[in-house]
Amino acid sequence: MKNRPAEERIRDFKEVATGLSAQDAVLEALRCMGCPRPSCVNGCPVSIDIPGFIEAIAQEDFRTAARIIKQDNMLPAICGRVCPQETQCQGTCILGKQYKPVRIGALERFVADWERENGVEAPTTAPPTGKRVAIVGSGPAGITAASECLRAGHAVTIFESLHEAGGVLTYGIPSFRMPKDIVKFEIDQVLALGAKLHLNHIVGRSVPVDELLAYDAVFIGTGAGLPYFMGIEGENFNGVYSANEFLTRINLMHADKFPEYDTPVIRGTTVAVVGGGNVAMDSARVARRLGAKVYLIYRRREEDLPAREEEVKNAAKEGVEFICCANPTCILGGPGVQGIECTRMDMCELDDSGRPVPRACTGEGSTFTLDVDVVIEAIGQGPNPLLAGLIPGLKRGKRGNIEVDEDGRTSIPHVFAGGDIATGAATVIWAMGSAKTAAAAMNRMLAETEE
Amino acid sequence: MTLFVSPGDGVVDRIIKRTQIADNIYEFWINAPHVTKTGRAGQFVVLRIDETGERIPLTISATRKDDVRIVFMATGKTTQQLATLQEGECIRDIAGPLGTPSDVKKWGRCAVIGGGVGIACLPILARELKAAGNEVTGIIGARNAGLLLLEDELREACDDLVICTDDGSKGFHGFPADILKEKVAAKALDAVWIIGPAIMMKITSLATLDSGIKTFVSLNPIMVDGTGMCGSCRVTVGGETKFACVDGPEFDAHQVDWNELMNRQRTYNPQEKESLEHYHEHKCRCGDH
Ligand SMILES: Cc1cc2nc3c(=O)[nH]c(=O)nc-3n(C[C@H](O)[C@H](O)[C@H](O)COP(=O)(O)OP(=O)(O)OC[C@H]3O[C@@H](n4cnc5c(N)ncnc54)[C@H](O)[C@@H]3O)c2cc1C
Ligand SMILES: Cc1cc2nc3c(=O)[nH]c(=O)nc-3n(C[C@H](O)[C@H](O)[C@H](O)COP(=O)(O)OP(=O)(O)OC[C@H]3O[C@@H](n4cnc5c(N)ncnc54)[C@H](O)[C@@H]3O)c2cc1C
Ligand code: SF4
Ligand code: SF4
Ligand code: FES
Repeated sequence: MKNRPAEERIRDFKEVATGLSAQDAVLEALRCMGCPRPSCVNGCPVSIDIPGFIEAIAQEDFRTAARIIKQDNMLPAICGRVCPQETQCQGTCILGKQYKPVRIGALERFVADWERENGVEAPTTAPPTGKRVAIVGSGPAGITAASECLRAGHAVTIFESLHEAGGVLTYGIPSFRMPKDIVKFEIDQVLALGAKLHLNHIVGRSVPVDELLAYDAVFIGTGAGLPYFMGIEGENFNGVYSANEFLTRINLMHADKFPEYDTPVIRGTTVAVVGGGNVAMDSARVARRLGAKVYLIYRRREEDLPAREEEVKNAAKEGVEFICCANPTCILGGPGVQGIECTRMDMCELDDSGRPVPRACTGEGSTFTLDVDVVIEAIGQGPNPLLAGLIPGLKRGKRGNIEVDEDGRTSIPHVFAGGDIATGAATVIWAMGSAKTAAAAMNRMLAETEE
Repeated sequence: MTLFVSPGDGVVDRIIKRTQIADNIYEFWINAPHVTKTGRAGQFVVLRIDETGERIPLTISATRKDDVRIVFMATGKTTQQLATLQEGECIRDIAGPLGTPSDVKKWGRCAVIGGGVGIACLPILARELKAAGNEVTGIIGARNAGLLLLEDELREACDDLVICTDDGSKGFHGFPADILKEKVAAKALDAVWIIGPAIMMKITSLATLDSGIKTFVSLNPIMVDGTGMCGSCRVTVGGETKFACVDGPEFDAHQVDWNELMNRQRTYNPQEKESLEHYHEHKCRCGDH
């Protein structure tokens, strides 16, 4: 897959990675050895029959390839784009040991895009069971659970507190990585199986808890939407954003098109993004597209950056300047942001994760100041606290996440949970995988209670 | 544009009744059963007029079966556009109820104080406080008589209603703070709610500062989602950062960092001006008004 040139792409929000052509897809597919015990499948959290669909591509039977993928994954155009394939399916592909792994993600995207252009085949669903299932949240977890329950013939109602479905896919991941029309299209495929979607419905408020618990089964997929802040001085100055706010203003509210769209955002001449994960990279790349000079401040070394390597490269190519081994200590200004003060960090002994522990340097030259007018904090998110705290008897972990067993069961018998609210901030496909497991258990439970 | 199924049954979020109740202030009754089912005093809705609109928070002023009442002042782009909508028209999105309800319990003698459009938040609160067995005094203030609202309704909902105008054009010539001071001095109160512009809440709440009387204010920082997901609405209360949309919007008046709130409210002043200009220009070009 190729990327559009950096100088061109930082002027718009269109997709950076261009897809494979049919010819290239077939050539890539021919590289797969069709391993009898494919290690790639172990790397995929939803265990797609990878050699199966790749074989179909090699035979130019894209329709069959789509059918095979959809058995396990209803959102292939999304996963093909945003899965961290290098640590999942492609990370375990046998060819990667000596050569380059098969580009499974790109192939998955190709098949999904081909199907979208050539007409989608609706999956078959079981006859109606008369059971009612409530799904809370329409992110990847909620949508996946919905699709599994719909296919089992249950009546599914999805509640979403925002005015659009999709969760992080819609409000978080920028359109240059995940075009919004594709998110809409794939979610609509699931809704077309007969789900009722209630937008603007906050469960726990618009939908009282007793009404929720009256469903035959409930799936909670409310995500990790609570932004953390560093707790440093000056943090509430105008122009300090959580990554969630900054990205929501752009992705959900289209502040990049202000004043055509009403929601404003401070574009900033110089922006400091704090953090080193994918969310930080997304924020930095969005800020670049709004025309700012962008620093990314990260407390460990460049090689420790937790973001996907590809995203780090993309950010660098787009002109994001990395300042590693540094940590902000204070935001200067008032009421607007005028600068950010940082301390240099020394790397000390390794911690449990095998990464060196950063420790603040002392003495002369250990602090420095950057002139910036916007600060974006991308230092992590916690579980969405609103609903989980309102359900009596629902067991939660220390950080507020909902506790589930290996089948996605919570401490309440007919209530299940999956995705980031259960696992903590993870990935799209992990959210989908855990939702699939929970939905399977829900479907078993509902089948047992059949009269 | 979007392929998504719309919320509810297609009949929600319709404007049932529209009235202009004071200079530049409008009262809308909107059909929104998902809001009225549990909506209580102190809570609000977030609405978005159309596809290109901003999400703005407005307090739940009253509910009646499936209809919710909002009262707003047409100040900027969104509220001015909202004011042009007519009965029978729909609002694209209404999310709610949001926020934590007011701390309604048996306090004893309560005062509910409203300044400007903040008066609109009082009827539902006064009624709930009454129902909980409290004696409720309403104190409302505005710059002049033309900006006063919901007088009759409040007279009915409260045991006693005091009207103030800055210019003396009606009722007491002065501020609600003056009346409050008297009541505090007479030790005639156990709990106080003050709702209005930030500066009014800041100044009025000084009246109870040394009295130990529990004093609530309803903070109005800039919000986006209203569900605790973005942190735009963060305020400092008692030295701690709180998200007004989930932890509030009501907080202990004497713990609030007012200057920070007022500074943050001004964050987008230049853009708000631009947005309004763009709206008026566009409206003229389309010739629909
Ligand atoms: C900026 C960003 C970039 C990312 N990039 C990647 C990436 O490249 N690849 C990857 O694999 N992962 C990525 N992730 C992580 C991934 O997006 C998440 O792991 C995934 O979206 C979790 O899915 P979920 O369904 O559990 O929750 P979410 O996607 O968070 O969805 C939860 C939904 O529930 C709704 N909700 C919450 N409370 C309620 C309530 N009470 N009532 C009704 N609805 C409610 C929310 O509004 C939301 O729509 C990224 C995350 C972020 C923030
Ligand atoms: C919890 C809460 C309850 C509220 N209840 C009412 C009410 O019942 N009646 C009423 O008239 N007003 C209420 N407001 C204020 C109302 O939301 C703003 O007047 C409205 O958003 C202004 O939008 P605009 O486009 O018309 O004006 P703009 O020109 O955009 O803004 C005017 C001023 O309103 C504030 N504001 C702008 N955008 C927002 C936003 N997204 N969120 C919050 N404040 C904003 C800013 O301080 C700004 O300077 C409430 C605010 C909050 C936070
Ligand atoms: S869903 Fe993700 S991990 Fe699984 S095969 Fe597709 S790209 Fe790989
Ligand atoms: S491990 Fe690699 S080569 Fe083997 S089947 Fe999977 S993709 Fe093909
Ligand atoms: S408005 Fe987003 S967290 Fe309160």
